[in-house]
Amino acid sequence: MNSRRDFLKTSGALVVSLSAARVARPFEAVAQSAGPYPDPDFRQLDSWIAIHEDNTATFSVGKTDCGQGTGTAFRQMMADELDIAYDKTTCIMGSTDVTVDQGGSGGSDAIQTDGWPMRRVAAEARRVLLELASSRFGVPVDALAVSAATITVRADPSRRVTYGELIGGKRFHVALTGNTVDATTGAARVKSVQDLKIVGQSPQRYDIPAKVDGSLKWAVGVAPAGMVHARNVKPPVAGATLVSIDESSVRRLPGFITVVSKGNYVAVVCQREEQAIDAAKALRVDWKKPATAPFPASEDLFKYMRAATPTSTANPVVVGNVEAAFANAAKVIEAEYDIPFQGHTAFGPAHATADPSNGQMTIYSNDMKSYGMRNGIASFLAMPRDQVRVVWMEGSQGYGRTAADDAGFEAAYVAREIGRPVRVQWMRSEETAWDTKAPAFACTLRGGLDAQGNLVAFDYMARAADYNHLGYNESDTVLIAQLMGSRRAQPAPGSAARPSEMYAIPNLRMAAHVVSLPLVWETPLRTGNLRDPNGPQSAFASESFIDELAAAANADPVAFRLKLLTASTADDSGFKRARSVAVLKAAAVAYGWDTRPSPRSPAARGTGNIVTGRGIAYALRSQTVVAEIAEVEVNRSTGHVWVKRLVCAHDCGLVINPEGLRRTIEGGLLHSLSRALHEEVQFDTEKVTSVDWSSSPTLTHADTPEKIDVVLVNGDPNPRRPDLPHYGAGETVCKPLIAAVANAIYDATGVRLRRVPFRNGRVLAALKAARA
Amino acid sequence: MSTMTLTVNGATHTVDVQPSTPLLYVLRNDLGLQGPKFGCGLGQCGACTVIVGRVATRSCVTPTSTVRGDITTLEGLSAGGRLHPLQQAWIDEQVPQCGFCQNGQIMTAKALLDSNPHPTDAQIREGMARTLCRCMTYYRVQAAIKRAAREAA
Repeated sequence: MNSRRDFLKTSGALVVSLSAARVARPFEAVAQSAGPYPDPDFRQLDSWIAIHEDNTATFSVGKTDCGQGTGTAFRQMMADELDIAYDKTTCIMGSTDVTVDQGGSGGSDAIQTDGWPMRRVAAEARRVLLELASSRFGVPVDALAVSAATITVRADPSRRVTYGELIGGKRFHVALTGNTVDATTGAARVKSVQDLKIVGQSPQRYDIPAKVDGSLKWAVGVAPAGMVHARNVKPPVAGATLVSIDESSVRRLPGFITVVSKGNYVAVVCQREEQAIDAAKALRVDWKKPATAPFPASEDLFKYMRAATPTSTANPVVVGNVEAAFANAAKVIEAEYDIPFQGHTAFGPAHATADPSNGQMTIYSNDMKSYGMRNGIASFLAMPRDQVRVVWMEGSQGYGRTAADDAGFEAAYVAREIGRPVRVQWMRSEETAWDTKAPAFACTLRGGLDAQGNLVAFDYMARAADYNHLGYNESDTVLIAQLMGSRRAQPAPGSAARPSEMYAIPNLRMAAHVVSLPLVWETPLRTGNLRDPNGPQSAFASESFIDELAAAANADPVAFRLKLLTASTADDSGFKRARSVAVLKAAAVAYGWDTRPSPRSPAARGTGNIVTGRGIAYALRSQTVVAEIAEVEVNRSTGHVWVKRLVCAHDCGLVINPEGLRRTIEGGLLHSLSRALHEEVQFDTEKVTSVDWSSSPTLTHADTPEKIDVVLVNGDPNPRRPDLPHYGAGETVCKPLIAAVANAIYDATGVRLRRVPFRNGRVLAALKAARA
Repeated sequence: MSTMTLTVNGATHTVDVQPSTPLLYVLRNDLGLQGPKFGCGLGQCGACTVIVGRVATRSCVTPTSTVRGDITTLEGLSAGGRLHPLQQAWIDEQVPQCGFCQNGQIMTAKALLDSNPHPTDAQIREGMARTLCRCMTYYRVQAAIKRAAREAA
């Protein structure tokens, strides 16, 4: 059976109902295929693009859209290169048997990296279509014009042919080249930026209508015939081992089917969802507590981290002679910054449905790295890869959680054990306690100023609790594998980030250590990648401390940073220095920044309960640079902080869809604001005690700023740059926001907060301590 | 098990489930309505919100046997092929990111506007404060509610 041909047939049918369906649905596109499921060949043009008889096109890409509108952006880029109207296209993403493996999502690289092969293959399709038209009309290609999927002879526009007439419903049979999927290319060149017409516009996201009218098919809604429901039973104490299961405790419950268990992994299977929930609660399991505490309690975490012997230490970055510079400095200040574990706490707990029909294994999942999940599950179940497929469908937010998905592996395992389709879904307490966490950081910074207030020495040291950092969909480290006893000989070393900025500081040292908590395996404090995995932590410390140095120098925070940025003229090929200067200036202008040192003088602050202030911070990630300003109101009698206004100046190079980008930036800003104000994983010496939205609070409507200004700075500050590449967006904005809020609180109150999150009680205590 | 009759989006359904079964699972698994979602099972996040009579109700903590009144889900908001003004405002403002919480946002906003057609900013913040979103689309949700209120005027 040729699954490729099946796919083309199906996708043709999909396009016929384009206006009604609005969203290309991989579930419907592949549901009838019985397998096996060989990989689509990325070196075949037909794997990427299908032209239909009605002169529409379907693009198939190996990415997933976690809700930032990348699918819409891919269509814009590919439609532009192909010369077809945007609304005559659809996009299918992320299902391992119908789309090439571009890795799914992660690293904010969808546009920056994966957009290039998409553009090149679309340009190649256009080239091939022009060749076909050239043969048909008997004129050279350069005598042809192309627009809106129609090719005309320039000298005689009555001679015209559409793409659909040339190849609709048929295959290109054109081979591509490239050693990797990222390098995929044909003979055609992509257009110059000046010739792009759809890129830069803001067509509405195609996925939104079905999300607001209730018609979208979500991963969590898939229900193959005969599907049953499973719920996990987690160890009540981290590191506990299973002694025995008393199945009689649930055997008579309605709908009970079986208990599936291996090692410390336990799941209960029932006919109906609510039955599985009840049975998982009722199942009596005898667990043995570990001999030693798995971790210190969260209130003792930073003391523990600062005293622990590092498991690894990265080579420090050293410029000049830091100790000599400190010895000669007129003023030296030092500060410690602490950022706790913060969870992904996805809005919808982990879920997946697995179907073992036909001797294959199909997993319906919102895993943002569906291709990795397919490989991981094939390895976990020791099944041939081509008998396993993952059908990617929309689900609750990713931001890294679904890159290390658990439910897909669990569903596949349980489905194989019971021989029928099953949906596994985590409960709220399970997700909040046991999901992957952003590592906690304990940072120590020292800075030296000369008599003129110039920064002459900067010493950054971070300790991250990041040992055994979880990889993507690894069959030997995914939680179910750990619970079943899998132990990798060499746990992943983890990492501790250094600040990412372009300051020119003559004497500099940046050191980064990783430390481990006592329990390494089967721990609910497993670290994974959360929306810029380490950036918010390191930028909170470094950009808060730059603000402390500016205050010590009695300098305006923007002017102090601009001086550090312009102290050197050396720049990289992407002009990061020039663009850093540009975003700082753009943010200050958009905010209406008045030049003065922080904090605001007590006279200007006033004596009322509510005091206001502003703070700035800046960071970069890869080639994307951002500067952010927060304006806060602090209630001095309650400690409550309201971020009333946010400004973000953002440069990610060429912007594909400005309105889509603005919303992605807004979401990232507020996600980080939630981390600044609310989020902290709390635990005692046995278990995580943050288990729901009451014990693990998040930003709400009541916290929302009344104004958010996003300035897309993507003008080119350097005329030597020949073109504007498209860089990534999404994660960079998460880096500086926590520091911007801390700096604004300092400006408003004169009190420096060095411990995240800035919950009312902590702020109030700091205000009281400062008065004392 | 127990037989119960529910009116959902104008249609009558009879289901045979345990009376204590949360309404959410009946809507999703028996009636195939995928608008309401499971988010917490605790009534804390709002993902499961449906409207019973005129009241925004958290179906994950509502035993099916206690439901009194007609149920409207996200799928039932549009009428005669026309989107509800809130749904249209949601598209105009391009509100959702992942979209998983948006059922709760829209259904809670509908109950809010039904009882207060022209809420102040403070009333919107307060009225929506217990309806969570982890993609943090709050800023656009609030803009869309104001747009819908404005356009209904």
